[in-house]
Amino acid sequence: MKTDIIISGVGGQGILSIAAVIGEAAVHQNLYMKQAEVHGMSQRGGDVQSNLRISDKPIFSDLIAKGKANLILSLEPMEALRYLPYLALGGWIVTNSTPLINMTDYPDAEALQKALNDLPNIVVFDVDKIAKEVGSTRVSNMVMLGAATPFLGIDYEEIESGIKRIFERKGPDIIALNLKALAAGKKIADASIHI
Amino acid sequence: MEKMLLLGDEAIAQAALDAGLSGVYAYPGTPSTEITEYIQSSPKSRTDNIHCKWSANEKTAMEAALGMSFAGKRALVCMKHVGVNVAADAFMNAAVTGIVGGLVFVAADDPSMHSSQNEQDSRFFGQFALIPILEPSNQQEAYDMVYEGFELSEHCGVPVMLRITTRLAHSRSGVKQRPEMPQNELHFSENPRQFVLLPANARVQYQKLLTAQKDFLKYSEESIFNTYYEGLDKSRGIVASGIAYNYLMENYPEGCPYPVLKIGQYPLPEKLLHKMALECKELVVLEEGYPLIEDALKGVLGIGLKVRGRKDGFLPRAGEFNPDIVGKAFGFEIPENRPVPEVVKMRPPSLCVGCGHRDMYEALNEAVADKADECKVFSDIGCYTLGYLPPFRSIDTCVDMGASITMAKGAADAGLKYPVAVIGDSTFTHSGMTSLLDALNENSPITVIISDNETTGMTGGQDSSGTGKLEAICLGLGVAPEHLHVLVPLKKNHDEMVRIIRQEMDYSGTSVIIPRRECIQTVGKKNRFK
Repeated sequence: MKTDIIISGVGGQGILSIAAVIGEAAVHQNLYMKQAEVHGMSQRGGDVQSNLRISDKPIFSDLIAKGKANLILSLEPMEALRYLPYLALGGWIVTNSTPLINMTDYPDAEALQKALNDLPNIVVFDVDKIAKEVGSTRVSNMVMLGAATPFLGIDYEEIESGIKRIFERKGPDIIALNLKALAAGKKIADASIHI
Repeated sequence: MEKMLLLGDEAIAQAALDAGLSGVYAYPGTPSTEITEYIQSSPKSRTDNIHCKWSANEKTAMEAALGMSFAGKRALVCMKHVGVNVAADAFMNAAVTGIVGGLVFVAADDPSMHSSQNEQDSRFFGQFALIPILEPSNQQEAYDMVYEGFELSEHCGVPVMLRITTRLAHSRSGVKQRPEMPQNELHFSENPRQFVLLPANARVQYQKLLTAQKDFLKYSEESIFNTYYEGLDKSRGIVASGIAYNYLMENYPEGCPYPVLKIGQYPLPEKLLHKMALECKELVVLEEGYPLIEDALKGVLGIGLKVRGRKDGFLPRAGEFNPDIVGKAFGFEIPENRPVPEVVKMRPPSLCVGCGHRDMYEALNEAVADKADECKVFSDIGCYTLGYLPPFRSIDTCVDMGASITMAKGAADAGLKYPVAVIGDSTFTHSGMTSLLDALNENSPITVIISDNETTGMTGGQDSSGTGKLEAICLGLGVAPEHLHVLVPLKKNHDEMVRIIRQEMDYSGTSVIIPRRECIQTVGKKNRFK
């Protein structure tokens, strides 16, 4: 197996916590993994991305080549589109629908919606809304991760046990909340795929 | 043992801990910061009393590391590429004194300038100092090279440079650990002249370093980090160093048809290069950074075997590589499935909402609004450099750590009426104090704003060595008490800030204004831990 994922967002949104869970699950399964992050200046409200690569064979490049990403997972709708040249034919986009506007020339909602609707394989949903329904906006990133699970090439159960390991010290309630968020996200993605 | 999932920077730190490290010395700088942070957060640094506090700048870091090595223990010193310029005096001379305890010097380069003012290549500094250089291609190699680097340093008797680039520093992968070694005992050189670089001693030491070059070359030629991979197609031979090797192999998943010489240790392994030159019709050099290997192979005359690389247009001259750039150079078609839609706009970094630098710039902009070209604002390296961007557009310069104050002074010397310097607290103690002393010794008519957020902000909120001491430092250097002001940069104090900035700009001598409010990121972090 081989899955190339671009996780995108705006500096400060916490895209790295999503990458951490996927990475944990991948390493636990003895898969090879490379995950390139952005630190430094861009983290101050600029566009940020993480290239996450998982494979059962050794991986060379830390960066994904154009047209090779199987999934773009984005915490912000405009940022999902920034990496389109990297998406493989048949690749999927899973993105939050809520814009983060910290710039003067942010595109108007309609134009952005149209650009997103033009894409064949896309899951767009309000992550914070789902997270609130689950119990807390603090688990937004787990909802996001849940929506990505059908495309990861890693069993859902492995992601679940990754979460259990990462949050082990925080106690059973926190684990349960995160698992619930994960399941809620997965449900959204499953519904979109079957349309 | 299960592999640890580590950033390149963390792999370096873990290797140093496992190799019997006694102290790390560093000043924060992207992409090197996480090395020291990892050691700081490691339980071993506490149980084994490993030094890991931040240094005031890269030069003090290098000197302290050399002191630890002088005392027989293993030291790690880490910095970003431009930090090597700051450390250069100590670094160059440490190659001449040599070491006692192993000393690994990490230089983290930033090709493409993701978070830097230039993309200088630290390998030149390693070569300049005449010491061995190691250059990993992945996180495991970064670990192994540091682990063995201490050994190599002690064996060669000189510091060893580990050169990395941003992608390796900030990419995570599985790393296998090796057995933990104990720290060295306190012990000293048996040669009392070694560290006293009076000319008579320095000549002896320098000659020793020159004589050792043939050994360093031999180690390189025998190094497992320099590997020759045979290939059937000899129309080309490829020399690939560091992570550039990965981008080549990414394009040849079934194996590269050409012979490949993977370089991970310098001086360049001459015998292996000769072998490739004799076998192949032309050479292609893939290296992140400047064309160091390419120049070495091509020479000035450029006669003989054809060498391709960054200088003949085979690859771009500037910027970091990626799989597409390397693939394109080798004639692969790069898929253009979908362009970036037009609705996507640039999202440059910006000062955080609620940041004190914002209030400082708003006040400064108003204070200088009527001065036009009679006022220029000289700024420095840090979050406040973002004051260049809209909506502020406040600053006219950003060059190197500490340059704000001294450039303002020079412009004052040239006749500029209202030179203003804007510098952060950490940058001020890194390299601004001597600049301020120069200005004060001539009572230059400059207004220095030390925008104090009580942290090293841009790199993620590390301790700032001047916290709580800035007024005392300024007064001690000779700032007149009536021209030293401390303000709280908040909306409600806007008018007062404007008034004081104007007042001090009108004073024809050196004044210092310190707007002080803690970085909202570090405040947020503290609240989360409460």
